[in-house]
Amino acid sequence: MLLIPCPYCGERPEIEFSYGGEAHIARPQNPASLSDTQWAEFLFMRGNQKGAFRERWIHTHGCRRWFNMLRDTTSHEIYAVYKIGAPKPPAPGEKPAAAKKPATRARKGASK
Amino acid sequence: MTGSMRLPGGGRIDRSRPLKFTFNGKGYTGYEGDTLASALIANGVHLIARSMKYHRPRGLMTAGSDEPNGMVQLATGARTEPNIKATQIPLYDGLEASSVNVFPSVETDIGAVNGLLSPFMTAGFYYKTFMPSQLFWDKVAEPIIRKAAGFGKAPTEPDPDVYDHKHVHCDLMVVGAGPAGLSAARAAAATGARVILADEQAEFGGSLLTLHREIDGKPSAEWVGSVVSELSGHDEVTLLRRTTVTGLYDQNYLVALEQKIDDLTPSSPANPRMRVWHIRAKEVILATGSHERPLVFADNDRPGTMLASAALTYMNRYGALPCNKPVVVTNNDWAYETARTFKAHGAEVTVVDTRKTVPEDLGTEMAHLGIEVLADSTVTGVSGKHRVKGVSVAAKNADGSGIAGVSHSIDADGLIVSGGYSAAVHLFCHVGGKLSFDDARVSFMPATGRKALACVGGTAAEFGIAAAIDGGAAAGAKAAQAAGFKPGRAGKGVQVADDRADGNVEAAWLLPSGTAPNRSKAKFFVDYQNDTGAADIALAVREGFDSVEHMKRYTLTGFGTDQGKLGNINGLAILAELTGRTIQETGTTTFRPPYTPVTFGALAGRDAGDMLDPIRVTNIHDWHVAHGAEFENVGQWKRPWYYPIDGETMHQAVARECRAARTAVTALDASTLGKIDVTGKDAGVFLDRVYTNMMSTLKVGSVRYGLMLHEDGMVYDDGTVTRLAENRFLVTTTTGGAASVFQHLEDYLQTEWPDLDVYLTSVTEQWATVTVSGPKARMLLERITDMNLDPADFQFMTFREGKVAGLPARVFRISFTGELSYEISVVWHHGKALWEAVMDAGHDFGITPYGTETMHVLRAEKGFIIVGQETDGTLTPYDLGMGWIVSKKKEDFIGKRSLTRPDTVREDRKQLVGLLPEDPGFVVPEGAQLVNNSVKLKDVPHFAPPGLDGAPIYGRKASPVPMLGHVTSSYWSDALGRSFALGLVKGGQARTGDIVYAPLDDRTIAMRIVDPVFYDKEGARRDG
Ligand SMILES: [Zn+2]
Repeated sequence: MLLIPCPYCGERPEIEFSYGGEAHIARPQNPASLSDTQWAEFLFMRGNQKGAFRERWIHTHGCRRWFNMLRDTTSHEIYAVYKIGAPKPPAPGEKPAAAKKPATRARKGASK
Repeated sequence: MTGSMRLPGGGRIDRSRPLKFTFNGKGYTGYEGDTLASALIANGVHLIARSMKYHRPRGLMTAGSDEPNGMVQLATGARTEPNIKATQIPLYDGLEASSVNVFPSVETDIGAVNGLLSPFMTAGFYYKTFMPSQLFWDKVAEPIIRKAAGFGKAPTEPDPDVYDHKHVHCDLMVVGAGPAGLSAARAAAATGARVILADEQAEFGGSLLTLHREIDGKPSAEWVGSVVSELSGHDEVTLLRRTTVTGLYDQNYLVALEQKIDDLTPSSPANPRMRVWHIRAKEVILATGSHERPLVFADNDRPGTMLASAALTYMNRYGALPCNKPVVVTNNDWAYETARTFKAHGAEVTVVDTRKTVPEDLGTEMAHLGIEVLADSTVTGVSGKHRVKGVSVAAKNADGSGIAGVSHSIDADGLIVSGGYSAAVHLFCHVGGKLSFDDARVSFMPATGRKALACVGGTAAEFGIAAAIDGGAAAGAKAAQAAGFKPGRAGKGVQVADDRADGNVEAAWLLPSGTAPNRSKAKFFVDYQNDTGAADIALAVREGFDSVEHMKRYTLTGFGTDQGKLGNINGLAILAELTGRTIQETGTTTFRPPYTPVTFGALAGRDAGDMLDPIRVTNIHDWHVAHGAEFENVGQWKRPWYYPIDGETMHQAVARECRAARTAVTALDASTLGKIDVTGKDAGVFLDRVYTNMMSTLKVGSVRYGLMLHEDGMVYDDGTVTRLAENRFLVTTTTGGAASVFQHLEDYLQTEWPDLDVYLTSVTEQWATVTVSGPKARMLLERITDMNLDPADFQFMTFREGKVAGLPARVFRISFTGELSYEISVVWHHGKALWEAVMDAGHDFGITPYGTETMHVLRAEKGFIIVGQETDGTLTPYDLGMGWIVSKKKEDFIGKRSLTRPDTVREDRKQLVGLLPEDPGFVVPEGAQLVNNSVKLKDVPHFAPPGLDGAPIYGRKASPVPMLGHVTSSYWSDALGRSFALGLVKGGQARTGDIVYAPLDDRTIAMRIVDPVFYDKEGARRDG
């Protein structure tokens, strides 16, 4: 069981949290304009990466806030947690992203 | 053989405290400080158990948690526990134990006939022998194998003991309190670090409890005593004895099981029987030592066969002599210490050394002691059914592949084996540590592991005591520093006399013999607990199961309660030889927690009985209990199910409650309904996005029913939305869905639309709700409120605030029964007062309380769905015939795009229909499958229960019947005077009038597809 550093509450046991799947998959602005294939891509397709992975968590039995986590899916090492809408911290060995304004449409970030 | 094998002196037992115990009903005596195993050996008892598959007589192989054979049924009655290793049971007065896996007794066991059948019980025999016929498996093979293969008996009574859990943090966790662990803990504790030291034994010291050495001029026991007393003096140090770390997990999280009470002392909350420790450590040091390996040769399992280290432990630590005439078989120098000790106690010893040459000094010493050493030799067989009688020995041939000449037999009453030591790397591997095989040490060693995790002493294949102590001290100091403490003074290296760090071990696994294992009648055991032999591994390789993980599963090597601590390395070394790979290339199987078995009671801890799960009750609960309600669990809520009176059956009670709702007046405790307050200037916009229909157009004071979908278009929850004020709505959810709906809404609000000005508050437990329903509901309510109840003024699907029974209340005109209904909500703690006022006021109208079952019948008569009963996450609003609730005007809402996907517009989707059984007196079971033809279940081979027609059905070609769907709700209707049902049928909405069939066990029921609204289609009754 992991000890998860909630960005609002600090380290708390995993049992207080719920998992929310891959992060940074933004809900399309105008679903009606998408083809069936494009919509299915958004709805069903996920990266399922091995290694560093950005994912969503909610502190269900705590502050009830959603946040993002950068975690290694093989070692379970937590590299970073960051608030919804905050810029992505770089994964180990990755260059820091150029500073840009935090997205307003924040679920899973705004970038595709 | 019995009689005292207790040595006249020595050992760490307390001879002034004799303890009486029984084994298989026979009385024996041991001493305080004994284990059950050492006490049995001191009494000359070696035959302890029978093996699982062949029921071979077995004795104690080890003195620790690696014991594969010596498992017993401990204690009796509710406290009985199966499969406890005798080597891990501290002896107590009055202990009762018996052999497992024997019938009628360990000496005369009927199951031993399996040994005669052994040619048919080779690797993979379960798969091969029984797969051709399902019937044979179900009726004949499985019951016999289950009975024959079980280990011990589970208790049939509830566990009377108390267990608890403790969560702690520390700077350093040291696992194992042998020389390395003690030394590591001492070095770290000296810096002020918070240290926890745990060991599975009742006494700290590890190998030093057995090995008599001088450390810096002091006897090793004295060194142990001084370190333990130094550690006890530190406030920040926790010492855990009888505590096994069963698992190491990510982030240095460890789970340990502490045995707090070993005897029959009753446990209590203040003094639990066992405690599970949850430890989070900044640094972890593994000092778990090593396990000695047996050697593989013919009949290497005769009772009296024992590891060299175990024999030494029984003599030195427990003062018990395993045998008088041992043959010691070894591939290393270490076992000579056991030979020497036997000799010192007057035993007649022969050593069979598999190495080409024996080190000169050892040879000279043995000659001087009068111990015969047969170098470059091998064991070819062991005689003696219930106890070793003789050992056949032969010289190896020139290249060591077989024997030279003939075997000769040596009389013996014990066989002591040593194949070298394997580092106990289990915990290291629990967190994905990688191993490398060291050819010089003949052991796997930790290679790449995790951060903040170190292995010392035997765990790192360091077999010398000085190296363990010095390595432990260095690792302890380093860990403390890494945890933020100032490094202490560097300890000087210790001097250990006669350390024997190097055992000159020469790899030996399957010993050469005259006959290959697969041609021999003898068994060459690799995994004792699973009766896996060298021949089984060879068979696995021949049949293509030559990867180590396949071999494990095909032969069951390593599957037992000892988790292959003894046999695994021998098994994979034999596999490596057979496949021409190195041991490194062959690799190990995956090590998984727990290191040793953990009893379920300990895992459950206090989360048992009423504490298993929270129980939620409404403010009116006591009234329901006092009035004889039967309860139903809905999520964590206890809801009244029905209220039987005068011995009514459920069917009678529900019919009466239904009749009251349709003809008079009834009351339901609806407090458990989920309620969410949605506030903010964008609340309307938000609700438009999460419901299929338009909510922003709702007038203040009005109520609207709505459906929520997931993004995939499937119905997820339903409920009502009431506009309390311009920027304030009250949303209700299903009782079971309240928490997940709330989380679903928070998700979108926080992550998708954080720009919206909306605040969500769960108010489920702020409002108690009483639903008054029935044609006389208004007459009742008039008696306890001044509100204008005229239906022209207080209309259906509107809401008012006012006073009911003198209590501030919200009254909603919502109906889930189809009758005139008022849902009255008051502050939670007024719930019971309101309920009682309603009951009083309704007395002369014959007011009837009703429960969830009646609620379900009444709503089904009206064709109202229950999310989770009619739906299962695969149905769109259109599938439910609820297209009317999907807004065509809104550009977007959650799930809208998915409603035009090719799959969601298929015409043959399962759709909700009404179903009327042709036999109006028969209530079809919910869940019944629906098909097109009147087939009888027993005529469909695919469904025929095995044995019904007397023929095996496995492998017979099934002729599947196309499945149309199933019955979701099915009841007796008092109002209709007949049975009725709701169900899902492929393309059902276009099939009104058709007949479909529900094939049941004993009959097939024809049902006609009808409109799902059965009662008051016009909705004439809702205004009373
Ligand atoms: Zn939090």
